[in-house]
Formats: sequence, structure tokens, C-alpha cells
Amino acid sequence: MELPLDYQTLRVIWWALIGVLLIGFAIMDGFDMGVATLLPFVAKTDEERRAVINTISATWEGNQVWFILGGGAIFAAWPFVYAVSFSGFYLAMFVVLMSMILRPVGFKYRSKRPGKAWRRNWDWALFIGGFVPTLVFGVAIGNVLSGAPFRLDSDLRITYEGGLLGLFTPFTVLCGLTSVAMVVLQGATWLGLKLERGEVHKRAMTYGFVAGIALIVLFAFGFMFLKFGNLGYQLTGDVAASGVSNPRRAEVVPAAGAWLTNYATYPWMWIAPIVGFAGPVLALIGLKLKSEALAFGGSSLGIFGIIGSVGASMFPIILPSTLDANSSLLVWTASSSHMTLFVMLLVTVVLLPMVLAYTAWVYKVLFGRVGIQNIRTNPDMY
Amino acid sequence: MDLSTVELSRLQFALTALYHFLFVPLTLGLSFMLVIMESVYVLTRREIWRTVTRFWGTLFGINFVLGVATGLTMEFQFGTNWSYFSHFVGDIFGAPLAIEGLMAFFLEATFVGLMFFGWDKLSRVGHLMVTFLVALGTNLSALWILIANGWMQNPVGAEFNPATMRMEVNDFMAVLFNPIAQAKFVHTVSAGYVCAAVFVLGISAIYLLKGKWVSVAKRSMAVAAAFGLASSLSVVVLGDESGYALTDNQKMKLAALEAMWHTEPAPAGLTLFGIPNMQTQHTDLEIKVPYVLGLISTRSLDRPVVGILELVDHAEDRIRSGILAYDAVEKLKVNEADIAARAQFEAHKRDLGYGYLLKAYVSDPRTATNEQIVKASLDVIPNVPVMFWTFRIMAGIGVAMIALFAVAFILVSLRKAEYTRWFLRLCVLAMPLPWIAIEAGWMLAEIGRQPWAVEGVLPTFMGASSLTKSQIWMTIIGFTLMYGTLAVIEVKLMIKTIKKGPYAAKMGHMHDEPDASPLADGRGVAGPAE
Repeated sequence: MELPLDYQTLRVIWWALIGVLLIGFAIMDGFDMGVATLLPFVAKTDEERRAVINTISATWEGNQVWFILGGGAIFAAWPFVYAVSFSGFYLAMFVVLMSMILRPVGFKYRSKRPGKAWRRNWDWALFIGGFVPTLVFGVAIGNVLSGAPFRLDSDLRITYEGGLLGLFTPFTVLCGLTSVAMVVLQGATWLGLKLERGEVHKRAMTYGFVAGIALIVLFAFGFMFLKFGNLGYQLTGDVAASGVSNPRRAEVVPAAGAWLTNYATYPWMWIAPIVGFAGPVLALIGLKLKSEALAFGGSSLGIFGIIGSVGASMFPIILPSTLDANSSLLVWTASSSHMTLFVMLLVTVVLLPMVLAYTAWVYKVLFGRVGIQNIRTNPDMY
Repeated sequence: MDLSTVELSRLQFALTALYHFLFVPLTLGLSFMLVIMESVYVLTRREIWRTVTRFWGTLFGINFVLGVATGLTMEFQFGTNWSYFSHFVGDIFGAPLAIEGLMAFFLEATFVGLMFFGWDKLSRVGHLMVTFLVALGTNLSALWILIANGWMQNPVGAEFNPATMRMEVNDFMAVLFNPIAQAKFVHTVSAGYVCAAVFVLGISAIYLLKGKWVSVAKRSMAVAAAFGLASSLSVVVLGDESGYALTDNQKMKLAALEAMWHTEPAPAGLTLFGIPNMQTQHTDLEIKVPYVLGLISTRSLDRPVVGILELVDHAEDRIRSGILAYDAVEKLKVNEADIAARAQFEAHKRDLGYGYLLKAYVSDPRTATNEQIVKASLDVIPNVPVMFWTFRIMAGIGVAMIALFAVAFILVSLRKAEYTRWFLRLCVLAMPLPWIAIEAGWMLAEIGRQPWAVEGVLPTFMGASSLTKSQIWMTIIGFTLMYGTLAVIEVKLMIKTIKKGPYAAKMGHMHDEPDASPLADGRGVAGPAE
């Protein structure tokens, strides 16, 4: 059957779509995780904490689907990436899952009992559910940039050499901290939008300001690493961009500084890092001018730029291998079949706009700030 | 291949899936029961029905979050523990999982928040729509995951590509309309509805026995009786027997759950009782009902039901053909243009998975001895006693549920249910049964699929990730501790909510208030959260 879009184009579209999903996840679930991370620090009394929790209580569940969908979409479009990364980062993934399991139960069960200890324990569970995955995701992105110790044999079976501790290097920890700063800024600016002005609101703004400055500095350090650290891989020789999905059919070599060559070849790609810096700057301006919408918009834009920069730096490589560079996963060699990519694109084109539309409607219904007064009068609140 | 890491990964998958599936069936059914209850509220505008809806909604919420939380593990577990499976069939298997996220999870998760927090922000009809969309989302997710699972039982619409060393899709419609997936979907969601109906029936019975909140309990019981009768009939009548003639493994499942070692002349009899013995390949103390099995499973009088040992002989032939497929793949790896190897591959490709069965005994199936081939062919027999007994537990409870709901429906119709104490006690005792039947059903379907991860395509032992035993032990222990703790908390919160009763949110109204609506919409009343 002749499909209306060629294989190469579909691969690029799906590479971009996964980027969109990851950015969607970081923007939407990002503010939930940021709010959970900030919870014990910006809110002190039980009523304050309930106010903070109720800024996201009705929407965190939908936001979390971005994470689940990210997993499913990578499985469908990039099965090699799904297989290699989740089995390779086995214990890291376990830590992420364990901490993320705490969130649904934390939100729901905290309000079910009045006890102080009960609620305090759930507050820390929610903090773990926000902070730990954020840190690990950042560390994981760092490991994607520096390469993972795996190889593929002729049956394309994966073997992986390395444990949990090997994931932590100065560069990957830097990426983890960048992720934390990014998510805390996102959470703080969300609280700015959604919380009634007062003490808690003020504290959130202060934390947001610190996180914004930290984010700019950390992101800059990250770029320094790409320039001067011993990082980068490049494709050598020819690979058929419409060829079969078999990672062993491309030749890849480690090359220090190679993560910056795309910017020289395609100068328009500079948009990504520029937005990555401009976003947090706008957020800081918004915080200073007390324009919460500008702050939240700037922070979201920053997420778009920062995650976009990772993609722009690495294209067409998705996951390089440190053990056997020729096992590295590429946009041209790690995708699903032509037909699967095409059918899944049709499904996404139909369903994703619907998801965005009804999500927007739900936010519209729930529009408005949450304050201590609401907590006291509305028995539905957590 | 270290078999024990495979066993550990299987253990982890079974534990996390069985645990996840404690919460999902209740979600599937209760969401639709909420739609029914709320519809009555919207149509009659009687405040009592709003109270009924909100009360069961609270219990729904406590259960729902654990389904969501444990579902996270499921979405990623194929990648973490079954990476070769993920590579080998991801081209087909990943798609329904992704569509499930886009079509179902977003729907239920986006609207479930509004369901709880939108009572005073939406019109009556608007809120009913939101509840309906949550129910639709949960049920659609069952559809997509069962399309994925159905493909593992009957891998249609795909073929192996030696260049990518994996299965690739060639007919999406076949994957979508896989008859096994369709049968499984109807059977599984119906079982979920029964589970929810028994849950509502049992708790209502507790209230009626204690004489508490009688008007809420009576109405809830009426909904449960009707909903439960329809769904319990649907589970049994639309069970998944219809698919048992389709593939070799499905035939084997049928033979195994009946412990039928040899083909019987048609129409075969149904075994009521027996003690299957794997060693002697014989079932002791058998009690049989003539004709029934043949009628149910082949829907005919003249087609035979094939026995276990005849299927083993057939598997041996397929293994020998699979060795030739394996040989062709190895040759094509070296030279894609090898025309003879291509022809050999085309002739034998549907048996490649059978060739892989030999990898349990020898790294290169081409060097397998005759003895190893015979051994591998015996591997296609799943654990017969487990199959035999889980089926009887599941089917027995299924029939008991029909009886329970038939009685419930009659008593409710005669308005006698609340005074019939033996019946109310029976309803309470019946509460654990649907869960037992559902877990047994999962075991029947998935243990029955062994030795295959994907029927005839990929043996389970080949699908596992190359992990170490200590890694998997760490995650098994971690999940067990976490899930165990959450289970205790969940059950405690459920019991507390049930004890507090349907008027907990409205302080000062701890006693029953039949049909009255002194609080208008119940808005603006101070009280503890939810």
C-alpha cells in the first residue's frame, strides 16, 4: 500500500511529536510537580497547605496523562527507545514510579482524615512525588546527552552495563538541577496565577524569583558543558533516512563538541536556546511587575526552549551508546514501521486537538483564584 | 538466558497486574452506576438521588486513585522488564497503548476532577455529562488494553521482518477487529460491572441490616440489582469461549482448562470435576456431562475439540518447520539478497516462534537434537491443574452471581429486599466473590497463554530484559511494600467512609431523611472535606 507521506518525513514528524508530548508534560504536569515540591515551604498551616493543594486538585490527574501518553507514544513510534531507555535506566525508572505513585494517593487521601501527623506525612509524600521525579528526569536527559552504556546484538537484543549510581555525573546532576529549577519556577508562577494574593502567594513569588535566576545560570552552565565538556556524538557515513529501522545499520562516533554542530549547520535552530533563556527572563520580569500571567507564560516558554534545545542539539541522534557507538538509536533507524507511524499520525491529528479543546474547557470552568475562604466554605475541597 | 530472571520478571508482572486489577473492575462498573444514579437525579430532581450519587462517588474516588497510581507501573513495565518483547512487537503492541492514552486516559482523567469539584460550577445536565465522559473514558481504556492483550493471544495483521528482527503491522483493521479482543472486551467490562454491582449491593445490605440510611440503601440496591443481573448474564453468555477455536494456543487453553488430554469424538463432554495430573497426563476421578463442551466451544455437534497431546504432536511439526525459518533468518542477516533463503523464510515464517521455543535448551535451534525438539513441544502445555481449577472457580462464581442477582431482582421488584434478612446477609458474604473470579480469570487467560508472550510468535522467556536478579528482587520488594501499605490505607479509608454514611458531608444530618431536600442543593454548607 502506498502511503501519502514518505517514511523519512513521518520519522521527522514523530520525532517532533514526541518533543511536543515531552514539552506538554513538562508544562502541564510541571506546574503540579513544582507546586508539590514547594508545598512544605510556601505553606505552613494546614489551611494554607489546603489552599495550595486545591490550586491543582481538580486538574493534576489530567496533567499526569501527558506522562503516561509520553510512555505509550514512545512505545508506539520509537519502540527501540522505549525498550532501551526503560530497561537501561531500570532502577531510576523504579524510583520515578514509586515516587509518582505517591501523588494520586497523596492528593486524594490527605484530606480524608483530620490528624496532624496524617496530613504532615502526606505533605512530604507529595513533596517526594514532585521533587524526585523532576530530579531524575533531568538526570535522565543528562544521560541521554552523554550516552548510555548499552549494546545491541545481531538479534537486536539489548544488553546494558551500568547501575543506578553510574547515572550521576557532574553534567547529569547539573541537568537534574536545571530540571528542578525549571519545574519550581513553573509551579511558583502557577501559584501566582491561581492563589489569592496574600502571605503564601508572596512566598511563592519569592521562591519563583530564586528558581528563575537559578534556571538561567544552570542552563548557561549546561551549554558550557556542551561546548567544553567531552560530550557529543556524530553520524558518519551514509544512512538511508527512509531505510529499515535497524540501529546497527548506521555508523556513529563520539565527537567532543558535536552537540553544537547543528547550530552552525542550521542557524535557525538557535531559536530554541534563545527562547530557553528569554522565557525565564520574561518570567522574572513578570514576577517583578506582579503580572502573574506574564510570569507563567514566560516560564512555559522557557520549558519549550530548554527541551527544544536538547532535541536541536542531538538531531538526528536520539540515544547514543557509550559502549558501542554503532548501536546508537537514530531518528532514521529506531522508529516503528512506515505504516504504524502513518496510522498513529492520523489518530493523533484527530484526537490531540480534541484533548486540548476539552482540557481548555475544564480550565475555563475552574477559572479563578483559590483562597483560604474557599477552603473554609466549600466541602468539596481537599 | 537465565531462566530465573525470567521467572522473577513474570512474578513481578503478575503481582503488579493482579494488584492493579483489584481496582480497575470496580472503576469500570461503578462509573456507569454513577451515570445511572445521577441520571435518575437529573430526571426526577429529587435530592435523595444526588446524595446517593455523591456517596458512591466518594467511594469511587478512593478506589479510582489506586487504579491510576498502579496503572503508572503497567505503562512502563513492558519497557523495564520486557525490553525484547517491547522491541519485537512494539510496532503493533505500542499503538493501542498510545491510543489508550490519547482517547481514554485523557478523557477520564481530565473530567474526573470536574466530577468531584464541579458540582457547584456546572448545571445538572452538565455535571451528568462529565460523569458520563469519565465512565466512557474508563471503559474505552479497557477496550484498548484488551486490543493489545487480544493481539498477544491471537497475533493477526502482522508479520516478521528479518531486516528489523521484529513483527511489523500489515493490517491495522485486523488488529483492531481481532475477534479475541472483542470477546475479551465484552467479557472483561461485564465482569467489572458485576464487581461494582456486588459492591453496591453488599454495602447497601449492611445498611439495611443495621437499619441505617435506609432510603439511600434501598435505592442503591435497586440500581445494583438491575445492573448486576444484566451484567452477570452478559459475563457468562458473552464469555470468551467463542475465541477458543481460533489458534493453536487457544485450542490448547480450552483443552487444558478441561484437562482433556486426548481428542474426543464430537460433541465432547464437559468435565465437572477431576484431578488433573501433569506427570501421568491423565485426569483422575473425572465426572463428565456429555455433549456440553462441544456445543459451547464449537457451536456445533460434529466438530471435535482437540486434545492436549494431539496439540503437542502438532507443535512438534511446527517446531521442525520453525528451525527452517530460523535458519533462513540467520542467512538473511548475512545476505539480504539471498533468494533461496528468502523463499525458505516465506515458506516457514509462520513457525518462527516455534523455532524460538528451542532456545530454552540450545542457543542455536539448528543444532537441536531430536530429544530437545520433543521436550520443547511438551512446553506448549500450560499448567493444566492451575487452568482446570481457576476456570472452575471463575465459572462457578459467575453462575452464582447470576443466581444472586436474579434473587435480588425479584426481591427488589416485590419490595421485599429490605426485610429479607437471609438475603441481605448473603449479599454481604458475596462481596469478595467477584474479585476472586476476576483474578482467577486473569490467571486463566495469561497462564493459559504460556509458554508464549505472543502466541506462536515470541516465547515468554525470550521477551525479558537482560536484568540481574538483584535488580528485579529490589523492585519486587519495593512494589510489594508500597502496594501493601497503600492497600491497608485504602481499605481503612473505605471502611471509614462507609461507617460515616451518605450524609457525612452534611453535618447534623446523620439520620436518614427520605426524599427531603432541606438543603436545596447542599451548597455552601460548611463541613469536613468530602
